[in-house]
Amino acid sequence: MEKRVAFRSAWLPYALLAPQIAITIIFFFWPAVQAVWFAFQLQDAFGLQTEFVGLQNFAALFADEHYLASFQTTAVFSVLVAFFGIAISLLLATMADRVVRGALVYKTLLIWPYAVAAAVAGVLWAFMFAPSIGIVTYVLKRMGVDWNWIINGDQAMLLVVMASVWKQISYNFLFFLAGLQSIPRSLVEAAAIDGAGPVRRFWTVVFPLLSPTTFFLLVVNIVYAFFDTFGVIDATTQGGPAQATQILVYKVYYDGVKAADLGGSSAQSVILMLIVIALTVIQFRFVERRVQY
Amino acid sequence: MIRTLVAAAVLLGAAGNAGAQQEIRLWHAMSGALGEALEALVQRFNGAQRDYRVVPEHKGSYEDTMIAALTAQGTGAGPHLVQVYEVGTAHMMAARSAVRPLWQVMAEGGEPIDAKAFLPAVASYFSDNAGKLLALPFSVSTPILFYNKDAFRKAKLDPEQPPKSWYEFPKVIEVLRDAGVECGYTTTWPSWVLIENMSTWHNQDFATRDNGLGGLDARLVFNTHLMVRHVSTLSSWARAGYFTYAGRRIEGEQRFLAGECALLTAASSSSAALRRSAGFDFGEAQLPHYDDVKGAPHHSMIGGAALWVMAMAGPKRAEYRGVAKFLAWLAKPEVQAEWHQQTGYVPVTRAAYELTRKQGFYAVRPGQEIAIRQLLLNNPTRESRGIRIGEFQKIRTIIEEELEAVWDGTKPPKLALDQAAERGNQLLRHFEAQHRIGLEPAVPGRTPRRPAKTPKK
Repeated sequence: MEKRVAFRSAWLPYALLAPQIAITIIFFFWPAVQAVWFAFQLQDAFGLQTEFVGLQNFAALFADEHYLASFQTTAVFSVLVAFFGIAISLLLATMADRVVRGALVYKTLLIWPYAVAAAVAGVLWAFMFAPSIGIVTYVLKRMGVDWNWIINGDQAMLLVVMASVWKQISYNFLFFLAGLQSIPRSLVEAAAIDGAGPVRRFWTVVFPLLSPTTFFLLVVNIVYAFFDTFGVIDATTQGGPAQATQILVYKVYYDGVKAADLGGSSAQSVILMLIVIALTVIQFRFVERRVQY
Repeated sequence: MIRTLVAAAVLLGAAGNAGAQQEIRLWHAMSGALGEALEALVQRFNGAQRDYRVVPEHKGSYEDTMIAALTAQGTGAGPHLVQVYEVGTAHMMAARSAVRPLWQVMAEGGEPIDAKAFLPAVASYFSDNAGKLLALPFSVSTPILFYNKDAFRKAKLDPEQPPKSWYEFPKVIEVLRDAGVECGYTTTWPSWVLIENMSTWHNQDFATRDNGLGGLDARLVFNTHLMVRHVSTLSSWARAGYFTYAGRRIEGEQRFLAGECALLTAASSSSAALRRSAGFDFGEAQLPHYDDVKGAPHHSMIGGAALWVMAMAGPKRAEYRGVAKFLAWLAKPEVQAEWHQQTGYVPVTRAAYELTRKQGFYAVRPGQEIAIRQLLLNNPTRESRGIRIGEFQKIRTIIEEELEAVWDGTKPPKLALDQAAERGNQLLRHFEAQHRIGLEPAVPGRTPRRPAKTPKK
């Protein structure tokens, strides 16, 4: 059943909405429109000279095999980040939900990493795993593992995935915990009385009831992996070695901010925008059908 | 007109105000030991006169500093002076309306500056085609070889005999490794040291059109026979554990400081940081070369940064005068000599070099003279003045990427170098197109930012 609130005044609802809409327009739509506009232009580094060049920026991108390769890298990266981000936080949330004593402490500690800036998280991880001075490297070396992500692309990927997942777990955790707490105890207890063990209870009762949360987090995590992870990558691998961790958004950031190529960078962000829009549409059309509200 | 008058009046008022100091903002990228040395210099200038106060501000890496200055340009809150690394030089030169040429600022400020006072390799890099200086070379360095003397002693090698040619490296490293040294050789800034400098060092072209100094239509040609051989050698060393790739920036310093690698090629300015943190005795020596290449070693190439004067909106005569005073003070032989001796940067003027020599500094610290000796080894030829190409930042990244594929063993050296050159050339053509849009007037003036032209109907 839908709830509707009736306003008698004709303008009041619009006035109440206005601030939110203004913020959305200024901070979301305006930059997006500008990015689309820049994507069709050629500019010098200072933005002093501009020229309309049509689809030239896009043509240059798709002629670049390295750009095409970074689609694959991005796909691998996003799937890994979204999957592990959701799986680990679900596990943690289920555990935290069962804890009775000191629950607040656990919860607070688990939520903590969310307050750490992406760049700081990157530096932290890069430091722990640094090939020559990292403490984890030292341990791995004693265990006979040759850890050197400066050269080894797979290890570099592993590192940025770990750092990005770690960063996102708290956020997912919060939502899962809230979802778990809203599941009626009676359902779980009824299943228990019928003789279902904890694992079975989880998969047949709890997980289906969490599906709206999981779906929401899937969308958010994919968007996070696509858009929000360049800080981690910039602080650790800078897309290397040999482009092993060059995901689309990092290239957008690098070309636009570091190499001052606004046109090319904008064209890339337009492509990225289209991909994420497409992915979200797919998720809503196909995955959402399996969600039970 | 009225605005000009008002601005002039305001400025006069400010100047007439007793005790009011003109603030000069300097954005720089010096951190750690180098940052402290710069702060100390600025404090001395501020203490030595009363009219101007230079306010230094650390803006992060060289990349970040340049981008910050570009972004702030025209907002009124931007810096008067910004330290831009060599990679950004072509960008700064191409954007004529955003910067003010040094020679002009100095002439107008009553402190004319002569490009001839500077070392030729340094001056030519930061000059326009008429030989006039566009920026003040400031933190200029060149790569040299650092070696761990204690490790040499431990391996019973003569600590005063570092390897001179690349051919001597394997022999020395073998002995070092037998004595327990883990990795032998490593480097900082691989593209700059291993590709760019090795080209000049052997008097070979990195790019056509005099390495880009001659025009925007330069092409990259560093994928020469010698470079393929050089990278192949290093790649076989990497497999054998003789060479360790540490990273794209200064990570190599850490490997050297940790005692892992006994040989390091790094900027001469690394010596400030190394001296501060090394727990062992280390020496400095000339870059290794291939002694079967005719004319090698030729001379090495500069890297590092210059101070650029940003163009300010409106009449800012007083501010520019202050900038000129500060820069003239910085270029003084005694100031330059001190900066050089403290940091390991090259003394950029002949006078500063002479002064340091007369002070007997090199007798105590012979290592500090190696960088400048390398630069002066031969007069710069067309091939060896320096590299000044557009999109250098991206091109360096491309070279690093391709080299990483070589160290990883996934790409043969020749293919990697060929592809690096090819990818770089595409960027250069793009850059050329960007700056052919509207050829800017020769007389610098600020062209207002305008949106792209919409075709008239």
